[in-house]
Amino acid sequence: MTVKSTARARKKAAPGVPDNLRNKGKDAQPELVQLLTPEGERVENPEFPLVITPEELRALYRDLVLVRRFDAEATSLQRQGELGLWASLLGQEAAQVGSGRAMRPGDYAFPTYREHGVAWCRDVDPLNLLGMFRGVNHGGWDPNEKNFHLYTIVIGAQTLHATGYAMGITKDGTDDAVIAYFGDGASSQGDVSEAFTFASVYNSPVVFFCQNNQWAISEPTTVQTRIPLYRRALGFGFPGVRVDGNDVLACLAVTRWALDHARSGNGPVLIEAFTYRMGAHTTSDDPTRYRPTEETEAWKAKDPITRLKAYLDREGLADEAFFAGIEAESEELGLRVREGVRSMPDPDPTLIFDHVYAEPHALVEEERAEYEAYAASFEGGENN
Amino acid sequence: MAGQLSIAKALNEALRKSLENDPKTLLMGEDIGKLGGVFRITDGLQKDFGDDRVIDTPLAESGIMGTAIGLALRGYRPVVEIQFDGFVYPAFDQIVSQLAKMHSRALGHVKMPVTVRIPYAGGIGAVEHHSESHEAYFAHTAGLRVVSPSNAHDAYWMLRQAIESDDPVIFLEPKRRYWDKGEVGDSAGLSLHEARVVRQGADATLIAYGPMVKVCLEAAAAAEEDGRSLEVVDLRSLSPVDFDALEQSVKRTGRGIVVHEAPVFMGMGAELAARLTERCFYHLEAPVLRVGGYHAPYPPSRVEEAFLPDLDRVLDAVDRALAF
Repeated sequence: MTVKSTARARKKAAPGVPDNLRNKGKDAQPELVQLLTPEGERVENPEFPLVITPEELRALYRDLVLVRRFDAEATSLQRQGELGLWASLLGQEAAQVGSGRAMRPGDYAFPTYREHGVAWCRDVDPLNLLGMFRGVNHGGWDPNEKNFHLYTIVIGAQTLHATGYAMGITKDGTDDAVIAYFGDGASSQGDVSEAFTFASVYNSPVVFFCQNNQWAISEPTTVQTRIPLYRRALGFGFPGVRVDGNDVLACLAVTRWALDHARSGNGPVLIEAFTYRMGAHTTSDDPTRYRPTEETEAWKAKDPITRLKAYLDREGLADEAFFAGIEAESEELGLRVREGVRSMPDPDPTLIFDHVYAEPHALVEEERAEYEAYAASFEGGENN
Repeated sequence: MAGQLSIAKALNEALRKSLENDPKTLLMGEDIGKLGGVFRITDGLQKDFGDDRVIDTPLAESGIMGTAIGLALRGYRPVVEIQFDGFVYPAFDQIVSQLAKMHSRALGHVKMPVTVRIPYAGGIGAVEHHSESHEAYFAHTAGLRVVSPSNAHDAYWMLRQAIESDDPVIFLEPKRRYWDKGEVGDSAGLSLHEARVVRQGADATLIAYGPMVKVCLEAAAAAEEDGRSLEVVDLRSLSPVDFDALEQSVKRTGRGIVVHEAPVFMGMGAELAARLTERCFYHLEAPVLRVGGYHAPYPPSRVEEAFLPDLDRVLDAVDRALAF
């Protein structure tokens, strides 16, 4: 035995990780709920049965394609200087559409800043999402209109808002439920642990939906955790499930189950959607500095859209006219988004003073008046 | 309200009234249920309103604040108790980045009617992290309202006004005055953000809030024996500040002295001195002076008297102001 292999053997047997929680080899994946293989073959899981019509399957396909098209358009708009930044969801469409479509109208979603696919499912106008990335607002849509909260940028903070909202549902006695979205990086945040604790002890109807896309900017999940993330739930006293995050059917079935579990008074569930961030963290990031190309290539074979299309083709559930129609629709969406962003007006600078408080605040009013007087001093002057 | 109430009891009555008036009002905090809070401010409320409305929470301040925000989004009106001043920092992101900004970033579509009660400041011989005056952090944050009562009447009415506000309010309770008694009148008398002249005078204006109002009143009484007439203004609100009231007073007396327990450097006094200088420049007989804590961690309790402004340090500043 060489010195090197001895060191590796020692590392493998690191103390503190119980044997039953340790991956036992490179093929030993924890159980992953999957209903559609990467090759597009339908498989059954007795714990998560899914009855779905061809029409619903086609609708999911449409969602996936349009969401990807919207996302690609936004990335282009950033490259063209129309957006300051964009956080692409490329690769995570199935996790978002599957979970988003599992929600009922009365349910509520608390997103990170990457949940464009969930927003789509909640019928939020894509242009609303682009305002903050263009810099004309910090979100600004009415969260209660579509039960889709504003994007939250401080990592993990929204999981507590989701839990508090769910505590309110319990008090109201309705059967709504909440999804708190977060990522593998956020799983290290104290707020996420606190959200797990509050949701657990108050038995709140919240589903914690973690999209483990393997990367928190440049940090792999090994920097965040030594056990599979879904197993964290066990320590907090509620169930955790790992689902194939690139399988829209599995994400739909598991999230539907979890929401029903939560809304029936059984408390929270943690779902770890095992997926992959195909693009950069944001348009400001350069993954070539830290991520092996082979890894990204390997995940391409698990693409969520390719596999659903393969299934639709194989089963004869959609014809050429359908696919052509979706293609045309996606071009229309791209055009609408492009034109919508380019014609998005800059706000009046006095927006700065609007809505700082709900009720009048003397200092804000004073500074608004100061600014307006200052701005007016240029009108008609040599600087104008 | 008949008879004399302690500040603690006045706060308790204000919470009771708020719970009675609005079924959406909730209390959340550590040990606020059966125990009634470590200072007994919530005494008896869980018994009368149930553990669904007077909620003992896990020991996690960020969790308390974050879930209060979620409850507010659902239409509730949470009143949060942070057990001691020094324990609020784990909730700082939720207060400063989430609670304070939510209304603005939603362009007014959601409101955050959350009251954060914090027993603050020193003078009770406590251990570390139990005597801090961190009002400047919160007053510096747009989106928050910050107030601090100094007497039983204001404790009752300002807490009721804070809870009724649709904005988040940081409600700083001067813990060493909890047991001071006073009359609670039948109406508030002032809106939440108005200052009150609590003693009239001609030679200088002492500006204070919370625990230091009493010190300033004592200093003014002592100064009177030396033939000096000091005005005392109870600021009451730290964001927004009632600058009109301060300006009026300082223009009349020609001298302003700000007194607070918080460290002087970058404290409320810095802002008050700057603004009063701008507003009253040609009326000032002396620079606006500041009396407060030092640029040091709050000291062990055996020496806290040296850190805290007292009657003598206030009178010393009065001497300096009058010597100009």
